[in-house]
Amino acid sequence: MRLPSDPHAGYLDAASAEPLHPAAREALLAALDHGWADPRRLHGEARNARLILDNAREATAAALGVRREEVSFTSSGTDAVHRGVLGLLGARRRGSTLLHSAVEHSSVLHAADWATGVLDTRVASIPVDRSGRVALDELGGALRAGSGLHALALQSANHEVGTLQPVEAAAEVAPGVPLFMDACASMGRLPLPHGWSVAAGSAHKWGGPAGVGVLLVRKGSPWRNPYPVDDRVDERGSGFENIPATLAAAAALQAVVADRTETNKRQHALVARVREAVTVIPDVEVVGSPDDRLPHLVTFSCLYVDGEALVTRLAEKGFGVASGSACTASTLAPSHVLEAMGVLTHGNVRLSLTTTTTEDEVDRFLALLPGVVRDLRAEVGL
Amino acid sequence: MRLDLDCRGLRCPAPIIALAKALPGVAVGDEIAVAATDVAARADTQAWCRMRGQEYLGEETAEDGTPVYRVRRLS
Repeated sequence: MRLPSDPHAGYLDAASAEPLHPAAREALLAALDHGWADPRRLHGEARNARLILDNAREATAAALGVRREEVSFTSSGTDAVHRGVLGLLGARRRGSTLLHSAVEHSSVLHAADWATGVLDTRVASIPVDRSGRVALDELGGALRAGSGLHALALQSANHEVGTLQPVEAAAEVAPGVPLFMDACASMGRLPLPHGWSVAAGSAHKWGGPAGVGVLLVRKGSPWRNPYPVDDRVDERGSGFENIPATLAAAAALQAVVADRTETNKRQHALVARVREAVTVIPDVEVVGSPDDRLPHLVTFSCLYVDGEALVTRLAEKGFGVASGSACTASTLAPSHVLEAMGVLTHGNVRLSLTTTTTEDEVDRFLALLPGVVRDLRAEVGL
Repeated sequence: MRLDLDCRGLRCPAPIIALAKALPGVAVGDEIAVAATDVAARADTQAWCRMRGQEYLGEETAEDGTPVYRVRRLS
């Protein structure tokens, strides 16, 4: 149970950042005093730092069910995505084709844009169905239509609507095509699906500190560092390692994985309750797959409601949520995810539960939402 | 009959609200054409038609280049 003084009460935006896990805090504080030296040196301080870094790598590999040498730490999830995508393209040859689902995270799309200019990559977007799931038949068609070497980018789960992607089935449709999987939305929460060559994760989304990304490169995959190399412990990254943060990320990951059966069951049921309750409000549509989804995340859109006004009004009442509506984005463009799904882009709310979100918090949110929506509609004369 | 709505410069959801308010004023079978500069109106007009059981007829371009989204009242 949460205390009323809990500073995170009402915070329902774990998909943007999960509050720091207690295990991460403990590991971070301990490692700050012992993991500051350069892990490449041979003196005692360096050996301490190296030991901590190796432990973090080992623990992360074990929690994710991959080999230790397949794990690299990067300076963020975005950095891991960029290295992951571009490393597969650069290792092919100039002018190869990158296929990606229409609902990939913007970090994947930005890497694709960059590759178009720098590596002459041809980029093709694969449509999704109304639930946000990639159309495998369209993927098959695109593979047959294109020529030359391909790479495929497909997320494990969608970050805005929670729909799980058929990564294993996509890998079967595209045999021999190296698959980059953006696993930032699901890493730690769900086991990694099979079928990927390279994958990326982001520690602050599972309760680790910000500034730690995880790049996974399967042994034997055609990945090559797309950026200037650096003479660090791990040749896939660059820059002086933030060793205390990597240990904290690993500690949080271990704890989240250990507890996830129970956490996921509880969160899945709470989200199911939200999905059911908001549908009762007139002209509100819940989007994303009802069952094949992330356990902790739900998105819905309220017809005739301004997304920014909705998020602001909810914040005034003590609830922190995200929105994919255009007015809430720096670009003033609507969410490309909602657009690709063919669902309403305005009046959008994404609610994502933290590991400590209680039933009571969810119920209080559900109790006040209908009134907030009704008031905002009344203000525009509807 | 066709009713033209000028929603240039309005941000979503304002064009969709204008569309909803205009609907009772046209006969079943008639058309409403929404000229809107906000890019979100493209997805939202189509989603509104699906949610409210109206027909989305497609998009055309006004003389000034503004997209115009055409809707037929079905009910």
